[in-house]
Amino acid sequence: MILNLIYESMPQLLKSSILTIHLTCISLIIGACLALPLALGRLSKNRWVAGFSFAYVYYFRGTPLLVQIFLIYYGLPQIGLTLDAYTSALLSLSLNTAAYTAEIIRGGIQAVAAGEIESAHAMGLNRAQVLRRIILPQMIGFALPAYGNEIILQIKATSLASTITLMDLTGMARTLAAETYAPLEIFCAAGIIYLVMVFSTSKLVTWMERRSTVYRC
Amino acid sequence: MHTNFKVNEVPQVEVRDIWKRFGSDDVLKGVSLKAYNHDVISIIGSSGSGKSTLLRCINYLEIPDAGSIFIDGEPIKMKRNRDGRLVPAERAQVCRLRTKVSMVFQNFNLWSHMTVLQNLIEAPMRVLKRPRHEAVEYAELLLQKVGIAEKRDEYPARLSGGQQQRVAIARALAMMPQVLLLDEITSALDPELVGEVLNVIRSLAAEGRTMIIVTHEMKFAREVSNLVIFLNEGVICEAGPPQKVFESQETERLRAFLSST
Repeated sequence: MILNLIYESMPQLLKSSILTIHLTCISLIIGACLALPLALGRLSKNRWVAGFSFAYVYYFRGTPLLVQIFLIYYGLPQIGLTLDAYTSALLSLSLNTAAYTAEIIRGGIQAVAAGEIESAHAMGLNRAQVLRRIILPQMIGFALPAYGNEIILQIKATSLASTITLMDLTGMARTLAAETYAPLEIFCAAGIIYLVMVFSTSKLVTWMERRSTVYRC
Repeated sequence: MHTNFKVNEVPQVEVRDIWKRFGSDDVLKGVSLKAYNHDVISIIGSSGSGKSTLLRCINYLEIPDAGSIFIDGEPIKMKRNRDGRLVPAERAQVCRLRTKVSMVFQNFNLWSHMTVLQNLIEAPMRVLKRPRHEAVEYAELLLQKVGIAEKRDEYPARLSGGQQQRVAIARALAMMPQVLLLDEITSALDPELVGEVLNVIRSLAAEGRTMIIVTHEMKFAREVSNLVIFLNEGVICEAGPPQKVFESQETERLRAFLSST
């Protein structure tokens, strides 16, 4: 093993990990935006709304992300809808994390004490106010530990984007490995970068968790 | 039978022949009552007699299957939904009427992510649209009144049960309601904390606040109320001024209930 090679490959790998971080962040943001309505849909008394949300979550949690990526990248052109690799990856990552996040949010909402929701209604707050002022702020505290896990899974899931030609951290590592004939060193280097990203994320989430639940002392 | 009947005055709360069933269980079977200004009405009865359900129907936390509720003379509009059940026709009306009857719960139900002060100003600001400084000013006055002004920036989890319940009473008062509904507010408290909460209610009664109280504290009910209602198996079995209810009962059921407490 040539330690030097790890060092020398770093600049290129770090540059490509910008795409990894970018895919993670954007897909998490889009996913969270989709997840809240999905979670509320799961809890809805309307059968159609609840049914749609259930089917969505069931599909995206029940099939491999790689299949979802291939379906969008290779499958959609067959019906005349061609998306480039970046859009395909971002879309499938977003739709996928939305399903998992929806379940996390649903769990967080259900953990809010029923009595506190009831007293909010009794004080005359309407449903939107109860949701925004009472349920959602507490939901965040309940959901953060599980959501931190989801962020970490998502960082690692972006590596699948390399299968459809994207030069993310994994994609770059594959290219460099092919060029240098030294996959051991290159993939070790890539692994180190993933570890640093995951470690700092989990530290950040722990800090946010503490901040969002100060009231529970 | 009701001794609080007044001519030419609109009751603040009127319950007219309400029925409520949970599954196959008839919890309320045609209950009516009127609460006029300055009335303090205590509802007593064994557990399962429908006391709390009756109270919860008044602000529509439970929706009665039949009968009507009037708040300040205004009936809550109802309609039948697809399953044929009665539901409020307008949610906005229910929200508006709820501001006139504030409820205090057995388990306090303070919002745990908000400080004491935030708990008190939330509904006045959001529902009554009062400016923040006014809401804060009034909230501080109320906190003083219930004796916990120094806890205004604490979270509920840091307070004792008695303190939490006093905050909950202040929160209900912050809405300037016409009627207070108190649902077994001392039942979840340690015995040594009951007194501080009852003292707050005593002073509210002395101010002439209209209250409907579900309670197991017979001595307290006797002392503060002008009308005591004995609810038994979903019907009003006996009602009258406290002296009559506690000293010269008409029914065997009430005698048996009182001797068991």
